[in-house]
Amino acid sequence: MNAVRPVDRMRRVRSAIMTTLTGLCTLLAVGILLIILSYIAYRGIGSLNFRFLVDSPRPVGEGGGIGNAILGSVVLLALSSAFGLPLGISVGIYLSEVGKGRFTSAVRFIVDTLTGIPSIVTGVFVYAILVLPMKHFSAFAGGVALALIMIPIVARTTEEMLKLVPHSLREGALALGAPQWRVTLGVVLPAAASGIATGAMLAIARVSGETAPLLFTAFGSRFFNYYLDQPIASLTVQIYNYAISPYDEWHAQAWAATLVLMTLILGINIIVRFLTRKRF
Amino acid sequence: MVVPSKHSDWRRVLSPTGNTGDAIFRGLMFLVGLLMVSVVIAMVIALASDSMLSIRAFGFGFLKSSHWNPIMGQFGALPFIYGTIVSSLIALLISVPFSLGIAVFLVEQAPHYIARPIGFLVELLAAIPSVVYGLWGIFILAPFLRVHVEPPLARVFGWLPLFQGPITGIGLLTGGIILAIMITPIISAVVRDVLTAVPGSQREAALALGATKWEMIRVVLVNGAPGIAGAVILGLGRALGETMAVTMVIGNRPEISLSLFAPSYTIASAIANEFTEATTDLYLSALVELGLILFLVTFIVNAIARILVWNVIRKTGGVARAA
Repeated sequence: MNAVRPVDRMRRVRSAIMTTLTGLCTLLAVGILLIILSYIAYRGIGSLNFRFLVDSPRPVGEGGGIGNAILGSVVLLALSSAFGLPLGISVGIYLSEVGKGRFTSAVRFIVDTLTGIPSIVTGVFVYAILVLPMKHFSAFAGGVALALIMIPIVARTTEEMLKLVPHSLREGALALGAPQWRVTLGVVLPAAASGIATGAMLAIARVSGETAPLLFTAFGSRFFNYYLDQPIASLTVQIYNYAISPYDEWHAQAWAATLVLMTLILGINIIVRFLTRKRF
Repeated sequence: MVVPSKHSDWRRVLSPTGNTGDAIFRGLMFLVGLLMVSVVIAMVIALASDSMLSIRAFGFGFLKSSHWNPIMGQFGALPFIYGTIVSSLIALLISVPFSLGIAVFLVEQAPHYIARPIGFLVELLAAIPSVVYGLWGIFILAPFLRVHVEPPLARVFGWLPLFQGPITGIGLLTGGIILAIMITPIISAVVRDVLTAVPGSQREAALALGATKWEMIRVVLVNGAPGIAGAVILGLGRALGETMAVTMVIGNRPEISLSLFAPSYTIASAIANEFTEATTDLYLSALVELGLILFLVTFIVNAIARILVWNVIRKTGGVARAA
C-alpha cells in the first residue's frame, strides 16, 4: 500500500469539513424553526383562555379577545375558497387536460409567475378595482384578494396531480365512448381528488397567514361583523396591529393570537404531510 | 345522421368530435385560462391608470428623487428602492450559502429516513406567516441583534461606513436577516429539485475518477448551476416583495444611509404602512406607482427564474414545486 499523499489528505480533510458544514446549515435552519415555534407556544399559552377566544377587542386594561378576528378569518377563508378553489381547479384542468400549444404554455407561465407576485401588490390591485368603486373596505374585497393569491397555487398543484393520473384511465373511458368532458370530470378528476384536496388545504393554510393584501381590502374591525360589504377583522391584521402597538397587554394578546394562527397552519401542514406520506 | 345546423361550424372548431358537451367544456376551460391572462393585464392597467397622476407629476424623476415628504407633496421613490435592494441583497448574501448547504445535505448526504422529516421541517419555515416573523423579529431578533451581534460588528468592522452609527436593532441589517430566514426554505426547496434532477451518472463518473465526496458534490452543483441561479433569483423575487416582516423591523424611515444599522424603508413596507393614511390623491397615486414598480420588477425577476428552473427540471420530466 502506498502512503496517502499530503495533497490527497488535504482533499479528504476538505471534503470532511464541507460535508459537516452542510449538516450544520441544516441543523441551524431546523434550530431556528424550533426556537420560533417554541417561543410562540411559551409566550402565547399565558394569555390563552376561553374568554380570549370568544370576546371582541376591548380598550387597554380591560382584557378583550380575538373572537371577532377568528370569525373574520373564517369568513375571509370561506369567501376566498368559494372564489379561488373552483377557479384554481379549473385552470389546473385546462393546463393538464384541455389546452395545447403556445397559448397554454403562456397561461402556465403566467400562473407560475403570479405565484411570485408580492401579495401587497394584489392588495393594491383589489383596492383599485373593488374598494375604490365601492367606496369602502369590505370582507368581499378581502376574500377576492386572498382568492387571487390562492388561484395560481391551486392551479399548479391540480395540474401536477392530474398529470399523475395514468393515461390508460383516460383511454379506457374514451374507448367506452365517453365524451372528453365526462372523462375529465367523471374519471380523471375523481382519481386525482385526494391530491387536489391536499393541495387546496395547503393553499388555504398559505392564505390564512396573509396580512398585506388585507390591510386595505378587508381593513380590520374591532367588532363582530356579519356583513360582507363591511370591513372585517382577521387574525393576521389583528396580530399586526397589536404587535406595533405600545402596550404590553396587547403584545401578549398578539402572541396568543399567533399561537392560535400557528396551530391552524401547522395543523393543516402536518395533516397534509401525513396524508401524502406515501406519495413523496 | 345528425342534421347539420348552423351551429355545427363553431362546434367543429372547438371539438373535433362534434360533441356539444365537449365544445362547451373546452370553451369554458379556455375562458378560465383566458381569465388568468386577463388578470395580469388588468393588474397592469389598474395600477398604471391609478398611478397616472403621480407619473404625470414626477415622470422619471420619481425614481431618482430621494425626497419623500407627503406634507409638502414631494414624492421620490429612491429611498424605498435603495432599502428594497439592500435588504434583499443582505438576505441573499446570508441565505444562498445556507440554502445550498441544506439542499446538498438533504439530497447528497442524508439517508432517506433523515432527509424526509428534516426536509419537511425546513419547508415548515416557509409556512410561518410573514406577520409572525415580524412579531418574532420585533421582540426576539431585534433585541438579540442589538445586544449580541451589532456591537461586536461595530467594534471589528467599525472602520467601514456600513457598520457605523447608533445601534438600535431596528434597521436594514435586521430586515435583511429576517428576509434571509424567510427565503431560505424557498431557495433550498428549488435547489433540492434541481440537484435531484442531475443524473446519477454524473455522480458515478466523478466518484469513479477518484473524487472525494465534496468534489463529487461540486460536479453536481456545476451541473445544476442554471437551475440554482433560477432558485436564487426566485428567492430574490420573494425578498423584494416581502412586506409584513420587513415593515415591522426595518424602521420605516425614508432616508438613504450607508449604515446597515440605520432605519430604512422598502417599497412594499411603504405601501403597507402609508396606504390607508394617504390623504391626498397625489399621495395615493404615488403609493400605487410604487406598487406598479414592484409588480413589474417582481414579474420580470420571477419570469427569469422560472425559465431557468424549468429548463433544468423539465429535462428529467419533473415539475417545479410551486414555491
